[in-house]
Order: sequence, then C-alpha cells, then structure tokens
Amino acid sequence: MSLFQVVPDHSQVNKQEIILSIRDLSVEYQTRRGVLSAIDTLSLDLYKGEVLGLVGESGSGKSTLGKAIMRMIPSPGRITKGQLIFKNQDLMAYDENQMRDVRGKQISMIFQDPMTSLNPVQRIDNHIIEAIRVHEPNISKDEALSRSESLMERLGIGRRRLKEYPHQLSGGMRQRVMIGLALALKANIIIADEATTSLDVIVEAQFLDLLRELKDEFGLTILLVTHNIGIVAELADRVAVMYAGRLAEVANVDELFHNPKHPYTQGLLRSVPNIAMDSQDLYRMDGTPPNLVMPPSGCRFHPRCPHVMDICHQKQPWLVRVDEIGEGDEQVGGYDKHLASCWLHQEYQGATQARRY
Amino acid sequence: MSENNSSSSNTILRLQDVKKYFPVKRDLLQQIMRVGEQQYVHAVDGVSFEIEQGKVFGLVGESGSGKSTTGRLGVGLLEPTEGEVVFEDVHLNNLSGEELRKMRRYMQVIFQDPMASLNPRMSLGEGVGHGLKIHRLVNSQQEFRHRVSEIFEKVGLTPGDAYFDRYPHQISGGQRQRAVIARALVMQPKLILADEPIAMADVSVKAILLDLMVQLQREFGLTYLFITHDLATAKYICDRIAIMYLGEIIEVGDIRTVYTNPKHPYTEALLAAVPVPDPRFRRPAPMPRGEIPNAINPPSGCRFHPRCPIAQDICKTEHPRLLEVPGQAGHMAACHFRTGDYIHLDPGPLINMNVAMVE
Repeated sequence: MSLFQVVPDHSQVNKQEIILSIRDLSVEYQTRRGVLSAIDTLSLDLYKGEVLGLVGESGSGKSTLGKAIMRMIPSPGRITKGQLIFKNQDLMAYDENQMRDVRGKQISMIFQDPMTSLNPVQRIDNHIIEAIRVHEPNISKDEALSRSESLMERLGIGRRRLKEYPHQLSGGMRQRVMIGLALALKANIIIADEATTSLDVIVEAQFLDLLRELKDEFGLTILLVTHNIGIVAELADRVAVMYAGRLAEVANVDELFHNPKHPYTQGLLRSVPNIAMDSQDLYRMDGTPPNLVMPPSGCRFHPRCPHVMDICHQKQPWLVRVDEIGEGDEQVGGYDKHLASCWLHQEYQGATQARRY
Repeated sequence: MSENNSSSSNTILRLQDVKKYFPVKRDLLQQIMRVGEQQYVHAVDGVSFEIEQGKVFGLVGESGSGKSTTGRLGVGLLEPTEGEVVFEDVHLNNLSGEELRKMRRYMQVIFQDPMASLNPRMSLGEGVGHGLKIHRLVNSQQEFRHRVSEIFEKVGLTPGDAYFDRYPHQISGGQRQRAVIARALVMQPKLILADEPIAMADVSVKAILLDLMVQLQREFGLTYLFITHDLATAKYICDRIAIMYLGEIIEVGDIRTVYTNPKHPYTEALLAAVPVPDPRFRRPAPMPRGEIPNAINPPSGCRFHPRCPIAQDICKTEHPRLLEVPGQAGHMAACHFRTGDYIHLDPGPLINMNVAMVE
C-alpha cells in the first residue's frame, strides 16, 4: 500500500442528473472500399459534474464520438442513426443554426493543438471578452476586462498575458486559455480530446491539477477523450473503454482498474508500463485493431481475445451489467453500474434476458 | 561499493564535455543593418557520459532539454561545437567524412516516425536492406534477399520473404516500426540510437515493440542509447539513465537508484509528474512552477533555479557541477544541496518517492 492511496471521490457528481444521453448512435464513413462503421449502435450517459474518461486506441472511435456529440463529423462521414439527448432535447433534430448555438457555448471542445482553436490574429483578451459576452452581451468593456483578468489569474497565467497573441504563449498556457474560454462561456459540457497529449509531463501534471481544481470549483462536466490510461486513472470518475466502434466496458474508475471484466480492458491495462511498479511483465496483446470496413463478425474483439469461444464469432454481445444486482436496482443505465460487452459475462443475467444498456 | 567511474574497457561510447550551439537566425532588419549580436541556442552544453557495452542507457527529459541533439552527437550525425565523442576508442571528431560513413554501419538509428524513415517508393526489402548495398556487405541479390528476410523474421515480420516485396503503405504502423528496427539490425550494429522509437504507436502495440526491443537487445548483445520523454517506458527498458534539463545532464545513475532515490529536485518533480495507471494513487504535489525556459539565454547559476522549490541565493550565482552522490558509486547529481559543498543546507527531499507496488 502506498502513502498516496485515496478513495476516488465522486462527491461532485450528481448521480441523478444525466446531462447528455447518447442513444444507439452509429457513425459511418463512405470510403472507396466500402462503408466504414466507425461507431456502431453506441449508448452512453454523461452525468452532471462527472469526468467520464473515454479510452481507446486509434481507430476505436473515441474521437469520432466526441465530434459526433457536437455533430461535427467531417464528410464523407455521417451519423446514420441514434439520438443525442442534451437537456431533454434531441440534438439530432436541431438545424445548423441551433447547433451553432450549442457548439462552443454549451458544449465546448478542447483539442490536442490549441492553435487550431485560437485565432492567431486576436489577442487573448479579445478571445475571453468575446466568450463572456455570449451570455452577457451588455456587459461593459471594463467589467469584461476585469473578469478576464481574474480568470487569467485563476488559470495561473497572469493578467499581463492578456495583451499577448496566442503564439506568444507556451503550449501549456494555451491549453489553460482554452479551459478559461470554456469557463467564460459557462459551457455545460467540456469535451477534452487528447488535450494534454502534446504537453510535457510536468506541464501536463500542472494542467491536470488545474483541471481537477476547476472541476470541483465549478462543477464541470468533462468528457475526457484520451489514449493515456494514466490520465484517466488520475482524473476520471468513470471510464468507458471503446474498441472498434463499440463500448467494451463502462465502470467507475476504481472498479475498472481493479476489477476489469472485458478481456480487452484487462489486456490494455496490463500492457501499460507503470512507473509505480517494482518490476513488470508487459502483456502483449495479439494482433491489431480490425479494419472497420469489414469488421469481424460477432464480438469485434474475438480475433485478438485470449478467451474466445464459438459464440463470439457468431453473435454480438450486448453491454450488460456485470456487477451484483441489488433489490429494485433494475433501471436502465445508472451511474454506479459496471457494464461490459463480453460473452464471458452475459450469464450474469442470462443471455436471453440480457438487457442492453 | 566499488571503485571510481573512470573509463573501463567495456565502454562502447563516451561523450566528454560535449557542446552543441546552434546559431539563431537574425531577423531581416538585423541582417541588413548588420546590428545585433549573433545569438546561439545552447542545445547541449557540456554533457559527459559513458555507455557500457551491452547495456541500455536512457536519455530522458522534456522537449527542449537537448536529449535528441545529444543522441545525434553520440552517433556522429551532428558535429559537436566542442568536446569529444569516442566510439570504441575512435574519436569521431577526427574522422574524415568517408571514415565516419564507414563507422556508421556500427551505429544505427531508429526514429519515432517509421513513415519518415522508410522510402515509400522502395519495397520494404530494398529499403530495409539498403545499407547492406551501400556498404557492399552482400555479393548477390540472392544473398541480399536472404539476409533481409532473415532479419524480418527476427523482428516478427513473418514470413520474411513475403514482406520483402511489400511497400510501406501496405502494412500497419506497428509493422512499419518493426521494419525500421530490422533496418537497424541488418547492419549488425554495435550501438543503436533509439529516439522515441515507440512514441507514435498505440498502447497495445507499444508494449509489443518495447518487448521486441528488449528481446533483440539480449539476443544480439546490443547497446541502446534510448531516448524518451516517458519515464515509465524508460524504467521498463533502461539499465542506466541520464536526466537532461536545458542542455545539461542534471542526474545520472542506475535506473533503480535514480527512481527510488532521486537527488535532483527536477528529477523528483519529473518522476512525481508521471501519471500512474491506478486510480488509488494520487500524484504528490507540489509541481515546480512554470515551464522549461528557452535555451538561448539559459538562467544563471543552476539552470533549474527559477522553477526550483528549494532554490536559495547560491543557486542563482553558482553553477552546480555533476558530482557523485556521497556513498552511492555511479550515481551523480548536479544540485548544490545534494552533492558538493553546500550539502549541509539540504532542506530534505521534496516529495516522498516511496511509491509502493500495486498489489
């Protein structure tokens, strides 16, 4: 046991309030070789105040999911079915004008490279003031400026940097400004897509510390899209693991790391070098992620799975509960539930009664 | 505890006070007016280390620390501004272009991006084996094909003969990186510079490549100069490690010693900053302030002092030398309070590094 051991803290999470519900979402890309199924009938709920880690390797569809929520799937891709229930409204029914009001203002996105989101010929103060004015169009210039200054101080950048242009800031500072913009906009959801990937390890740690503080302070809801399992362990309340366009497993962070049920999750966790371990045998997962133009039949993980059975070739396993089911604990979804899509675990509720989540 | 750290016969590569300064391009106005002083980026500023034959030596640091430049100096891809690079008793600086070219056979390189390392218009076999032809190490196309196919199998591209005629775009990223490893191996090198060799690969592929590199190193008795920004990866593969900051080595030692008993505050911070893939661990605070400064005008005294939580006045003026940690042979650090004359001022470790094993 370590000195650093802590129990994950879900205190900020409102386990009753689903802020975004993704229902049966599919995204396909039209390619020369056929239709690529990037996301296949995926359902996932995001609760108010939680950090949901969305983990997967390249091609798993994790970034596509982030973009799909914003309805920003680039052509030739498109959302072929499903619903995105945000504040009791289906975003899929919105027209472009309505979506423009959602993007950035209600759901903010932070990308790996902040320079793609910041306007290079606008000073930082103009960015922030514009963001503040989205909600308070009549705010005076002085008031907006003084709020920008305190925001910059809170972000640990310093107010004198307000007069600078994006290229004059370091990578870490730019990512802080991105968070600041989301705060100024009072975004309901922040989607962070590999937001720390280009940062150095110490700067990344500083950024994660800031994010954790701000999350508690402002009750932020964050969808943390990353391939870095260490970052998920550090910041997430819950984790969703994606494989080949489907969810392999969803659980609270402690459960996922210490009691993983899906063979892919198990393999993934064991193939990451852990600096805190004295000695380690890295697990070598066979094969490579599948070609999604012709995905494997049944469970998409079956060609790489060490526990593969006959049924895995034939039928797709549903995402079902794999934890102990208590009395009157049957409703669909639910924050504390541990879900996995694997034939090894379908017997928990009997394969025939298996409930889709 | 054994003797000093003088050059042993097992040393394959030795860098002695190596410096590399890059001139900064002056802006147009300065060029026309012929004003402004010529400035230099102090990319590598007085680096010394030795690599023992058959070991994995890690160079770790953040971007801008000079680790890649140091690696390139080590295999003669860059010429040092000052200092000596000695590979197997040969002083690389004294070699002519032709002599250096011949030496290169023994010092191979693996870079981060396999697509940038493989010629897209050459078949894998021709590209990977190109060096054999350049150095005239094969006599016939048949022998060439055989040698290359053999190496393909060693790196897990089986059957090797089938991969020979394929092109880089036809195989996956992980397989491409295997091909790049094969290209280094086929020359039967003594030293391999691996500069972030697995940084671009996916998590599951990373583990496989890392394991492959360990296996090959043991099988062929290779020596790696392994450059990475990922301290967890370094821990997995390296025997010794040097931590770089702004062009200098600030700590060097056996991997276990450095990780369990880091002496330089920067090393402490770096180790503490690595995310642990276990939610039950919480990273200890505090992190140092700010970010790595630019290397044109490095800070006076100890280059880490503007960010160092334990810095005192002495650190602003006096440059700490890389000295042996008392009682720990082979473990050196450059911090006034941990080695050298001011050790009595040591305020104690910053962070408790006693990270226990995950059960």
